[in-house]
Amino acid sequence: MTEPLIELEDVSYRYGDTAALEHIFLTVEKGEFWAVIGPNGSGKSTLIKLILGLIKPLSGQIRLFGRDASDFREKEKIGYVSQKSNAFNRAFPATVREVVRSGLVKKTGLFRRYPADADEKVDNALAAVGMEEFADRSIGDLSGGQQQRVFIARALISNPELLVLDEPTVGIDRKHMQSFYNMLGRLNREKGIAIVLVTHDVDTVSELVTHVACVNRSIHFHGPHEEYSRQESRIRSEWYGHAVRRVHHGSQAADA
Amino acid sequence: MISAIFDYEFLQNAFASGLIIGLIAPALGLFIVVRRLALIADALSHVALAGIAGSLFLSQNVTALAALNPLYLGIGSSVAGSLLIDRLRELYKSYEELAIPIIMSGGIALGAIFISLAQGFSTDLVGYLFGSVSAVGREDLYTIMAVAVITILFIVLTYKELFSMSFDPEYSRAQGISSRALNIWFMIVTALVVAGSMRIVGILLVSSLMTIPVAAAMQIAKGFRQAMLYAAIFGELSVLGGLVAAFYMNLAPGGTIVVISILILLLVLAGKKAVAARSAARNGEVGTGEL
Repeated sequence: MTEPLIELEDVSYRYGDTAALEHIFLTVEKGEFWAVIGPNGSGKSTLIKLILGLIKPLSGQIRLFGRDASDFREKEKIGYVSQKSNAFNRAFPATVREVVRSGLVKKTGLFRRYPADADEKVDNALAAVGMEEFADRSIGDLSGGQQQRVFIARALISNPELLVLDEPTVGIDRKHMQSFYNMLGRLNREKGIAIVLVTHDVDTVSELVTHVACVNRSIHFHGPHEEYSRQESRIRSEWYGHAVRRVHHGSQAADA
Repeated sequence: MISAIFDYEFLQNAFASGLIIGLIAPALGLFIVVRRLALIADALSHVALAGIAGSLFLSQNVTALAALNPLYLGIGSSVAGSLLIDRLRELYKSYEELAIPIIMSGGIALGAIFISLAQGFSTDLVGYLFGSVSAVGREDLYTIMAVAVITILFIVLTYKELFSMSFDPEYSRAQGISSRALNIWFMIVTALVVAGSMRIVGILLVSSLMTIPVAAAMQIAKGFRQAMLYAAIFGELSVLGGLVAAFYMNLAPGGTIVVISILILLLVLAGKKAVAARSAARNGEVGTGEL
């Protein structure tokens, strides 16, 4: 039995006086594809930051690859694609190749030069996301969807066992979104990379994912996708009940 | 006319120092610009002014320090200023840019006090403000060489980390790169380059040699390495042209160097526009041809 990739045990986090996450339990095993869904401000991004070690939990325990998160050093095993990758400065002078290669920084080590086969690795990573023709283009010249593929390639270049994506399709049009998700599905099936995907588009990814976690300060549901489908209407009415009421108030205010 | 360089030691010093500065200031400047820290170079140069003025005052009044090279206190105060900026940025996390005016005005204030204590501007001080062709000594040149070695080693050894941190700070933190330590070193090296450059370009214009060649390079470079190469070329052209003009027309080199770097920037912008217009016209012709 191999160690789970991610284990969260009774994890809580707060920003000042506001609780962001409470009593979270979550286990992600090898090869699984998780969709993490939840309303805005539900703590999804906080959950991702905790997993990546960008912030530390106030209570509870996080284990990555069987080790305590604060002792976990093999960061190259986790590929990360943020929502903010979209928001980098478009005038930044960098080629696609330079950006993807920077995914090897940690693996290469401080004071060392990139290994001799770095270029080949860049080409392979770009091929995996269908962007091999763009290697020598300037990153700022690409469309949002193409840039996001490049950031996946940057995450893939260190051969991670786990890919963590925080709303990667923000700012990408619907047409390209589907093919982007299909590409994630392929990486999951063919390369066996486990994926944790924070998303709003649960319908678009429903056929790709194996598990679903519904977060709204605490985890309201986590489990296999089939189970989620059976309980979906209950979960949705639980949360989006709030959302519907809020919209209603808004429209009344607009009428008045 | 270039032969004069071989005849006078002060010209050798000035040109050798200038060529070194023309390389390292834009190379480091590229990181400064893409990280949006351009004003920090300015703040540090004004802190260096405090050190220079303080040193000139000390050498007037303390016999034992009469021969003290002001460059050392300039470098010292600039490095101290860089560490202070780092502390202040930590302290005011959500208003990081607040550190710059605090340090900058503090530097000018101390400079003003020392200048008045030393009874006003001396020719020496004017040389430090706008650069000088004749005042660069051998000791200055050696100091600048040492600064260059440190800077080049720093850039070569931490290039990957610097690039990653500049391009995507959150990603590089997620990768476990210690941005805190790297940042402190980055600030120290910036302070060294600022202090080392001011002998040639002057305190008031140091930051322009770190930013204007970079601004021109970013217009035409496709990648980061290319941007660094172009920035260094533009930096060298500015320094060479600026020193020659300053020497023959008896001008402050800081002024001539910066004016030439701005001319280069304008040329690059105009050239880019011309190329774009021509390719648009060609596409237009193809378009009508298809019709």
